[in-house]
Amino acid sequence: MADKIKLERQAMCDRLAMEFQDGWIVNLGVGMPTLCSNYSDSSREIINHAENGVVGYGPLAKEGEEDRHLVNAGGQQVTPLPGMACVHHADSFMMIRGGMIDVTVMGAYEVAENGDFANWRIPSRKGGGIGGAMDLAAGAKRVFIAMEHTTREGGPKLLNKCTLPITAPGVVKMLVTDLGLFEITPQGFMLVEHAPGWSSEEIQELTEAKLIISDDLKEFRFRA
Amino acid sequence: MKNKIFQSMDDAVADIPDGVTILSPGFSGVGVPRNLLAALNRQGAKGLTGVSNNAGTVDENIDIGTLVEAGQMKKMICAFTASTHPSQVTPFTRMYNNDEIDAELVPQGTLAERLRSAAAGIGGFYTPTSVGTELAEGKEHREINGRMHVLEYPLPGDYALVRCWKADTAGNLVFRLTQRNFNPLMAMAAKVTIVEVEEDIVEAGELDPDLIHVAGIYVDRLVKIPADGIWI
Repeated sequence: MADKIKLERQAMCDRLAMEFQDGWIVNLGVGMPTLCSNYSDSSREIINHAENGVVGYGPLAKEGEEDRHLVNAGGQQVTPLPGMACVHHADSFMMIRGGMIDVTVMGAYEVAENGDFANWRIPSRKGGGIGGAMDLAAGAKRVFIAMEHTTREGGPKLLNKCTLPITAPGVVKMLVTDLGLFEITPQGFMLVEHAPGWSSEEIQELTEAKLIISDDLKEFRFRA
Repeated sequence: MKNKIFQSMDDAVADIPDGVTILSPGFSGVGVPRNLLAALNRQGAKGLTGVSNNAGTVDENIDIGTLVEAGQMKKMICAFTASTHPSQVTPFTRMYNNDEIDAELVPQGTLAERLRSAAAGIGGFYTPTSVGTELAEGKEHREINGRMHVLEYPLPGDYALVRCWKADTAGNLVFRLTQRNFNPLMAMAAKVTIVEVEEDIVEAGELDPDLIHVAGIYVDRLVKIPADGIWI
């Protein structure tokens, strides 16, 4: 059996990016999801949308390429691509709620087996950070989540029911963690790929919700 | 033509009274009206309500957070009332935790659309955003075409402070790339719109009418950012 490894963040995001189809308009959340843009596949065209009103932008700007007027949703300076367009914030969220975004990738504190997820508020802290997450969750055609499988303290994050205030009900379609790839089915979480060296029983032990094991369970794919 | 050009940032904000609502655009440090915010900070108006994507950052740059820290804001309406990382403690976070400032948390797209509604003379709108979350509690719900929505109301301002790339003497504005963000919406949603301009303000007629982002009728005051102004 292969060495037992937990997946690196880049590998997790690469795996979600493999699901992006030619021509998709993709919105990547701030933080880990941004790594999805490092996965390159010249056989397909992906159009990047950022909530601050830019659609069709390119890779991060290298030193000397920066343009102080052009940033992505995380404030990183990016480069223009031919065909890029800029709009104001209401038009940007028109694209989001209006169904133009094929997939959004976000981080989360918790995901539940019914597709609920939570990523904006910890009740022990006052206030919350929503940004565009609720609009994206309600408006994008698909919501993918990238997050660690357990909390820092080792507690489960794939739950029967979210304990934190949710961002949107029933929207998560696919989830990658450092232990594997999961689809959210009407019956709950389905484990479809496991991290090298991990058995489905070992992954279940670190998961609160009951996992459905795909009949076609495979080892995690690092490349398409 | 009415003269809209002011000679200094301080002159342009001199008459802003205590207690009004200030619309303050910008996203991730781009399109932030830093020169006008610095002037409003010097001017010292108090008891203000601020509408902005966030309530300030941890960096040293002048933004709405500078006015928060100075005690000029009594309330913030924004899409972040907590930092995305607990380690990033802004002056707003400190004051909010101590109940020294009030806040209303609004999803970013709803914030944009509430501003647009105010500008457009629309009484409100139904959005699917936030349905099923605690932010929708107490709001009017309506099922439209088989999907649940919540009612949201317009969000007008008294003064908008705006940053643009190009302008003409008629007040027509052009933004560059992601500088645009909330700027046009806020420029159109306030009673008085004050603009800091990066390039030289050109004569009316010199900008192509087909390439203007905000029509000059919305703009009351224009100030060219001086060479020693804030350019970031």
